[in-house]
Amino acid sequence: MLYKLGTLFLRPGTKYVLLALAIVFPLIAKNEYQVYVMATAFIWAIAVYGLNIITGYCGQLNLAHGGFFAIGSYALGLLTADYGWNFWPAFLAAILLSAFLGFLVGAVSLRLKEHYFAIFTLCVGFIIYLLLDKWEELTHGPIGVRDIAAPHGFGLVDFTDTTPFYYLVLVFLVLAIWFIGRLSRSLMGRTFIAIRNGDELAESLGINLMRNKVLAFILSTTYAGLAGALYAGMIRFIGPEEANINHTFDIITYLLVGGIGTISGPLVGTLGIVWITQSLQFLEEYRMIIFGPLLVVLVIFFPRGLVGSFLTWMHRKSQELGPAKKRKASKVTPSATREAENNA
Amino acid sequence: MNLFFQQVINGLTLGSIYGLVALGLTLVYGILHIPNFAHGALYMVGAFMTYTLMIDLGSPYWTAMAGSAIIVATLGILLERLVFYPLRHSPPIHHKIAAIGVLLFLEATVQLFWGADFRRIASPYNGILRFDGLIIPEQRLLIICGAITLLIGLQYFLRKTMTGATIIAMAQNRDGAFLVGIDSNRVAMMTFGISGALAAIAASLYAPINLVYPSMGNLVIMKAFVIIILGGMGSIPGAILGGMIIGFAEAFGGFYFASAYKDLISFGLLVIILSVRPQGLFAKGAH
Amino acid sequence: MLSIEHLTKMFGGLAAVNDVSVHFEAHKINAIIGPNGAGKSTFFNLVSGMHQPTSGKILFDGVDITTMRCDHVAKLGVGRTFQTTNLFEQATVLDNLIVGHRLRTRSGLWDVLINSRRLQAEEKECREKAREALDFVGLSHVENQFIADITQEERKRVAFALALATEPKIVLLDEPAAGVNPEETEGLAELMKKMVKTGLTVCLIEHKMDMIMGIADKIMVLDHGEKIAEGTPEQVKSNPVVIEAYLGSDEDAAA
Ligand SMILES: Nc1ncnc2c1ncn2[C@@H]1O[C@H](COP(=O)(O)OP(=O)(O)OP(=O)(O)O)[C@@H](O)[C@H]1O
Ligand SMILES: [Mg+2]
Repeated sequence: MLYKLGTLFLRPGTKYVLLALAIVFPLIAKNEYQVYVMATAFIWAIAVYGLNIITGYCGQLNLAHGGFFAIGSYALGLLTADYGWNFWPAFLAAILLSAFLGFLVGAVSLRLKEHYFAIFTLCVGFIIYLLLDKWEELTHGPIGVRDIAAPHGFGLVDFTDTTPFYYLVLVFLVLAIWFIGRLSRSLMGRTFIAIRNGDELAESLGINLMRNKVLAFILSTTYAGLAGALYAGMIRFIGPEEANINHTFDIITYLLVGGIGTISGPLVGTLGIVWITQSLQFLEEYRMIIFGPLLVVLVIFFPRGLVGSFLTWMHRKSQELGPAKKRKASKVTPSATREAENNA
Repeated sequence: MNLFFQQVINGLTLGSIYGLVALGLTLVYGILHIPNFAHGALYMVGAFMTYTLMIDLGSPYWTAMAGSAIIVATLGILLERLVFYPLRHSPPIHHKIAAIGVLLFLEATVQLFWGADFRRIASPYNGILRFDGLIIPEQRLLIICGAITLLIGLQYFLRKTMTGATIIAMAQNRDGAFLVGIDSNRVAMMTFGISGALAAIAASLYAPINLVYPSMGNLVIMKAFVIIILGGMGSIPGAILGGMIIGFAEAFGGFYFASAYKDLISFGLLVIILSVRPQGLFAKGAH
Repeated sequence: MLSIEHLTKMFGGLAAVNDVSVHFEAHKINAIIGPNGAGKSTFFNLVSGMHQPTSGKILFDGVDITTMRCDHVAKLGVGRTFQTTNLFEQATVLDNLIVGHRLRTRSGLWDVLINSRRLQAEEKECREKAREALDFVGLSHVENQFIADITQEERKRVAFALALATEPKIVLLDEPAAGVNPEETEGLAELMKKMVKTGLTVCLIEHKMDMIMGIADKIMVLDHGEKIAEGTPEQVKSNPVVIEAYLGSDEDAAA
């Protein structure tokens, strides 16, 4: 029965199976292009995890997320192409810059509530786009940045090849998920969720709103910057369109479909949509004709996305099965849910 | 002097368009407390409807504008019924995401049928009026006069008709309005209809001196948000005043400073204002 | 325990709380009553630091908390519930409660990264506190149910438990019995008595007169932001000003 099948996914071992699959993927992929698509999907997934921290756990809809992705890309691109930095120092600088700008923007914008915050970040995202597009002395304007350095392989690997780069991205993705997993189960993650439930209630529980929100924001922009820097290192040519608001909307779509505020949701959503769009090439440009209404349907009927709905369903089932052997159920359930949350 | 006057005309034109778009946005916000991110898409659809009615069906400019207003008003009402009404008890983040979904859908759909190219609408009013060496393009005059007429009409509707009065009542006090037996569904639909019509008319007025393309609404909606935050979310006079402020700031800022950064002006303004006054410039009360 | 001196809060031109002075004693049930819009919730918001008063002074255990931020006030031992409590519906009751004790812990980002011993200890402590609070309000049996699946009255109790998990000295309860049937109201009243017995001070806002008159040690009556009376239930009941301003028009009181 379906429930039994469902418990399979909640096993702690599942994540290792998935990891193993990810590791052998380049070997079973039909061609290099598939590996490339997968690596791109992983990069997006990292960005989606970032949005999940501030929007999924902390409940603040940040519409500048794509902008911070672009900041990571541009920082890496400009430092390596124009200033001759090596990849790794530039990579670190790009991440730190995203974190620092996240701090600045967060410290101002998070004093705003609800709609004001969303609108403010929408404008911040647009300002980032305009600056990249118009500030030609620094960013080369619409021409974009070429000749971005690939990651330095220290003579061991050549990251200009797709497959090594794929593994590099995979390492960062695993790290990213590992940290989110730890964060979301920790007191800190619970603090973020309390803020999502409501500012006032959280405050009355002695939670310092600003400090926690800014922290969540910095973490999320750090993820965005990391993803952006990886992206620049892989594509090695970027333009102001990286900061297009549509990228933020894409990221939101991935998050919503997979499951906002869940651990495996961002991965499920991103991989799912990227591969569906890939297999329906003609969709590429018009995919929003489907995904737009899908977003609406999701927030109306399944606001917690695929993973969230699945977890809810599993929990209900286990509770239904519970009463007969209540003692046991109450022992099994919490661990089962936690396992579920555990799984990447 | 002449150049200065030209900028005044530009400021008034821009301000009128922005004011009309912001008005629709602020009305919806006032009634339902939804920041309708899809409003810019309604504006864009309005421009395309006028374009199609004129170019493909050969209707005259005014008829096309009226037709477009009706179509987009209907679209607005549908949005309220199909998207926002079912979400009325959801947390506010869901409204915003749903609105974004609608925006993406409308943009992609228009692009599917009309392509991503830039298009032009030829206005029958492309002459230029001269007064004493001052030059006013007819279409700009039309925009300014059209906006003023609409505003007077809207004021009349809101102040003098029963439906208008209920809209005002609901904007001022949602719970109170329910107490005196206002059909809140009808008011919500009405508001979305009016808001859509305003967006379509603004787009149709502006299109002849601007380009028509699927993502044309993005910049406008963001500016409209800046405006209603400036003027206080939900405030009607605030939307008009804010529209004018942004319109003039862009006309003069773009002319006397860097025109490349013209669009940055309004967003920079917003960032500064919200940093200093998180409730907006003229906002009062809880919301 | 809680001393209020000439407390005033203006919203624009409206005095939501107007020159209220009152003293609430420790280990007692203190009630605040008054018609809708009298400023009761605003009064709680001021005490808990959610809003800054326009003028006046608030002393809690001798400490001046007038201008203190909400989270600091909570740390000093002021817990509260709201007229409506938003919780994470798709999480279990226990999961919702664990964060209640967060304010007594210190783990930061670094602890999360290295999964420090302190973090583990604190998480265990928070979990225990949550269970304890849940046990106190008598909800241990729904520990693993989703918030979405429990009853209205159980929600009220969860809100209590959340406030209790902060280890408060005083709890401010805003209309705890609203939307709950008479027997359940009885149960909630018992719970409040139990809180006082274990050394807490209770301060509650309520419209249900029967319940208030039954359990309150002291009642303060607000009307249009002003304190129009205070005293024991008997004193308040027979106060002509109260009867005219409030009780006279209230069916509960007539009954
Ligand atoms: N944040 C605010 N901004 C402006 N006015 C407010 C705000 N909060 C409350 N008010 C006003 O203050 C007055 C008192 O409100 P309050 O919520 O304290 O009443 P209450 O006694 O709790 O009423 P109820 O019994 O309905 O809960 C009301 O007129 C209300 O409109
Ligand atoms: Mg109240």
